[in-house]
Amino acid sequence: MAVVEFKGNQFEVDEDGFLQRFEDWNPEWVEYVKESEGIKELTDEHKKVIEFLQDYYKKNGIAPMVRILSKVTGFKLKHIYELFPSGPGKGACKMAGLPKPTGCV
Amino acid sequence: MPKRETPLLDQLESGPWPSFVSEMKRQSESRHAKENEVQYQIPVDVCDDLLGVLELSYKEGEVHWKHGGIVGVFGYGGGVIGRYCDQPQMFPGVAHFHTVRVNQPAAKYYKADFLRQLCDLWDFRGSGLTNMHGSTGDIVFLGTRTEQLEEIFFELTHNLNQDLGGSGSNLRTPECCLGESRCEWACYDSQELCYQLTMEYQDELHRPAFPYKFKFKFDACPNGCVASIARSDLSFIGTWRDEIRIDQEAVAAYAGGEISPNGGAHAGKDWGPFDLQKEVIDLCPTECMWMEDGKLKINDKECTRCMHCLNVMPRALRIGNDRGLSILVGAKAPILDGAQMGSLLVPFIKAEEPYDEIKEVIENIWDWWMEEGKNRERIGETMKRMGFQRLLEVTGIPPMPQHVQEPRTNPYIFWKEEEVPGGWDRDIADYRSRHQK
Repeated sequence: MAVVEFKGNQFEVDEDGFLQRFEDWNPEWVEYVKESEGIKELTDEHKKVIEFLQDYYKKNGIAPMVRILSKVTGFKLKHIYELFPSGPGKGACKMAGLPKPTGCV
Repeated sequence: MPKRETPLLDQLESGPWPSFVSEMKRQSESRHAKENEVQYQIPVDVCDDLLGVLELSYKEGEVHWKHGGIVGVFGYGGGVIGRYCDQPQMFPGVAHFHTVRVNQPAAKYYKADFLRQLCDLWDFRGSGLTNMHGSTGDIVFLGTRTEQLEEIFFELTHNLNQDLGGSGSNLRTPECCLGESRCEWACYDSQELCYQLTMEYQDELHRPAFPYKFKFKFDACPNGCVASIARSDLSFIGTWRDEIRIDQEAVAAYAGGEISPNGGAHAGKDWGPFDLQKEVIDLCPTECMWMEDGKLKINDKECTRCMHCLNVMPRALRIGNDRGLSILVGAKAPILDGAQMGSLLVPFIKAEEPYDEIKEVIENIWDWWMEEGKNRERIGETMKRMGFQRLLEVTGIPPMPQHVQEPRTNPYIFWKEEEVPGGWDRDIADYRSRHQK
């Protein structure tokens, strides 16, 4: 597995750039990833999505369905793509440090 | 010459069927020969390494691709299937081997010019290997690296006016039979409806918003040449509701042996002279056909439009003039709770532009399933869990006998409270006043 270094942090990631361990997440991970996910500036809306994903994951052990993400944050899917151009899975979940989405993707 | 020994795969070069091994070796040679001086953007020996990893899998009987893979292009949540080899040192040419789904034209008619442009792009930025086509319908570009994805997407959209197909929990790429383009049985323009709905629901196709995947397929008649009843969550099957048109002279020509039955489909074996009684009338599932004074008669009220008689005598029998389609819902493969084919929801609906009635059915189903569907639950499973009656309620379709093959046999019947005089609120004391404990 590849290890990336950013501002003194070491992050172990897979080929798709997802964190190998949720526990390794810290705010600098977001700073490191954002560019490769097409994000220039992090706004409070980005943070709201990331925080909700993390809370949900800690409580439930899975990522929420898109519908639940939209409902709780109040952001329509279109807006989530405006915030995270590669979408809630590849973009937001990766930045939040959640495990890589699986299944017939 | 390929750079590795592939003794097991080499055996698949013999025999009459076109060999995928020979084709991949030819592609490998072409890449090494640098035909057309292409500046290959992924390893030149990608085909050799693919053959190599496949040979290893043949030897060991195990797959050598890592689990999953999440790659894509900005703006979309699907369209690319990421894949990484689990022996990247041994096979660096396929360390990344992502698949790009490209939306195909309805019923897959092409011009050489267009295919040539696609191939030029794919030779340059991919492996040069394809799947024509994926079973959902997409043109499949097999094998490229992550860095090439946005480049390919730019080229596809800016120069080829071509979009990606679908993947993930969304509307997948729709596909249809070739319909009115070259079939006399097409009851509606399946290509046009396929195209129009693909364009209408681009957002749903590119950005996963559903509980799980959802597929459309369009068959222009019940013969089902795109297998919509088995391979799509929403299946559109053409039909008619007036009379089968009979050309009695042509019927006589069939009976007299002047025209071969089934368009000559069984010419490879001697089945004896055509026997109209045996091969058509006696095989009609509703027994609604007969001969009278040398003329073929059909009681159309009893006809279920199974297509058999038309299939046998295409030059004598034609579809009716009052045409439309049926909509069936819920087909899926076995996972999780068993395979399903589509169940009849709308027996007959007109298929006329701008297709508003059809869109209303689709959107009503989506509204319900998006709200009620569990994570990774196909619509067919939601129907099983919540009941066909719920589907009827959300689509505003009144229940009718055509909705069932047979009535239920168990008596576990739910009633709505308002249907029952007095409702559900009862006082046991009142009951006791008439019945001692």
